[in-house]
Amino acid sequence: MKPAEPVHGFAVLLPYRLVPTRMSVRISPLSAAIICFCAIMAVSTAWAQTTPTMLSPLQIILKWSPLLLRGFAFNILISLLAMLLGTVAGLGLGLALLSEFRPLASVSWLVTQFFRNAPWLVLLFFVMFLVPFQITIFKTTIPLPDWVKATVGFALPVMANVAEVVRGAVRSVPSTQWEAAESLSFTRRQMMWLIILPQCIKRMLPPWMNIYALVAMATVLASIVGVSEMLTLTAQVHAAEGGRPELFAPLYGFALLCFFLYCYPINLWTARLERRFRIR
Amino acid sequence: MAASWTPDQPIVQCVDVRKSFGALEVLKGISLSVKKGEVICIIGPSGSGKSTLIRCINALQPISSGSIQIEGIEVTAPKLDKLALRRKVGMVFQQYNLFPHKTALQNVMMAPIHVLRQNRAEVEVRARALLAKVRLAGKEDSYPGELSGGQQQRVAIARSLAMRPDIMLFDEVTAALDPETVKEVLVTIRELAEDGMTCLLVTHEMNFAREVADHVYFTDRGVIVEHGPPETLFTAAKDERTQRFLSQVL
Repeated sequence: MKPAEPVHGFAVLLPYRLVPTRMSVRISPLSAAIICFCAIMAVSTAWAQTTPTMLSPLQIILKWSPLLLRGFAFNILISLLAMLLGTVAGLGLGLALLSEFRPLASVSWLVTQFFRNAPWLVLLFFVMFLVPFQITIFKTTIPLPDWVKATVGFALPVMANVAEVVRGAVRSVPSTQWEAAESLSFTRRQMMWLIILPQCIKRMLPPWMNIYALVAMATVLASIVGVSEMLTLTAQVHAAEGGRPELFAPLYGFALLCFFLYCYPINLWTARLERRFRIR
Repeated sequence: MAASWTPDQPIVQCVDVRKSFGALEVLKGISLSVKKGEVICIIGPSGSGKSTLIRCINALQPISSGSIQIEGIEVTAPKLDKLALRRKVGMVFQQYNLFPHKTALQNVMMAPIHVLRQNRAEVEVRARALLAKVRLAGKEDSYPGELSGGQQQRVAIARSLAMRPDIMLFDEVTAALDPETVKEVLVTIRELAEDGMTCLLVTHEMNFAREVADHVYFTDRGVIVEHGPPETLFTAAKDERTQRFLSQVL
C-alpha cells in the first residue's frame, strides 16, 4: 500500500487496511496435484526401468487411456443424468415441503429426511437389487441396465438434498415479498413461480453445484455394483497388466487426477459464485 | 351482499373491528368509513394499531371480530374471494417491497399481465404512462436496487395503480425514506388524491395530512380517540390525548 502524501503538518492516523501476508511461493492446489502425479510417475518409471522388457507405467496409461477415459466419460454421464433427474424431483419435493396442505408437507418431510440421512451406497444397493432388470409395460419390455439403475440410485439422495436447498432458499426470501405479491392478487402458484423462485436461483446455485461435485465423485461407487465405469475399468486394466504392484499407484493416480481435474474447477467456481452473491 | 352495494355507499366500512395477537388486543373496536373520492388519514403514536388496521382491510391479516366491508364484500366471510377483493384495493408498503429481480417497468406490468390477463402491449403502454405520471420516465429499465428509496416507492405506487384499484391503502409509505425524498412521494400521492383516487393513509406526516386529508382519525392504543376534518382536529382537538400527541409532533 502506498502511504498517502501528508498534505498538512498535522500528525494523523491514516486509515489503513490489513494486508494478509502471502507465501513467498504460492502453490495452487491444481499445480500441487499435477506435481504429485508427476512425482508418482517418475518414481514408478524409475522402478519400471529396472526391468527393461516391460512397458513403463506412463506407456501403460497411454495405451489404456482411451478405454479409461471412456469409463470416465461414463461417470460424468451418470452424474449428469442423476443430477438432472434428482434436480427435477428435488424441485418437486422441495415445493411439496413448502405446501400449505399439511399432509403433503409432512410426507415430503419424511421422504426428504429419509433420503438425506441414508448412506449413498446403501441406497445404491437398494435400487440395484430391488428394481428388476427389465420392466414390462403394455407388453413392451423395457430393459433396465445396471447403469440406469445406478443413476436412479444416485438421483435419490440428490433429490432429497436439492429439496432441502429449495426449501431453504424459498424460506430465505423475506415474507414481505409474499405480502406484496398477495396484495397484487397473485395466486400462490404464481407467487412461487414468478416472484419467489426466480429470486432463489442465485441463492440455490452454489449449494446445487456443491451437490453436483459430490455426485460426480460418488459415481465410482457404481463400480461396487458392477457398472463398467472408470474405477471398474482401472481395476480390470491393472489385472490385464498382470497386477504388477508398481502399477497400482500410477493407474489409480490417473483416475484420481481425472476426477480432480473435473471437480476442482467446479468447486472453485462455486466458491467464486458464493463470494459474489454474498456481497450483493 | 355485493350486489346490494351502490357507489354512493362507503367503499370501506369498518364496524367495531377487533384484532388480537394472542392475549394482546391491538384493535379494540374500530369503526370508520371511507367514501368514494375521499382521502382519509389515520394518525397516532407508534403501536396504536394503525398499520394492523390497514392490513386487515386488505385481508393480509384476519380480524378477531367485527366487520369490514369493501364495496359490500365482507372481508371476514369464510368463503371470501381474496383475489377479487384485492383487485379493488391497492396497497403500498413502508418498505416498498418491489420485486428485486424485475425492472421498474416489469414490476408495474407483472400483475395486470398475470393476474388480470390483459394484453401485454396494452399493459406496457399503460405502465410507461404510469411511470411517467410518478415522474420516473427514463427509469423503466432500472432494477429496484439501482433506484433511491423515493424512486422505489413511486414505482410501488405505479405498480398498485396498474391494477386500477378503487381505493389505495398507504401504510406509512414515507417512514423509511430519507427526508429529501419524502417530498417527491408525497407530491405523487397528492396528485393521485387530486385526480379523485380514494385513499386511506396511515402516516406520520402531519402537514401532509392537514393539507390533503378530507378527514383525519387519531388512534391510540387500539381505539379511535377522535376524528374530524383536519382543520378542526389539528387546531381544536378536544381530547387530552390528541392534544398531547399533536403538541409533540407539530
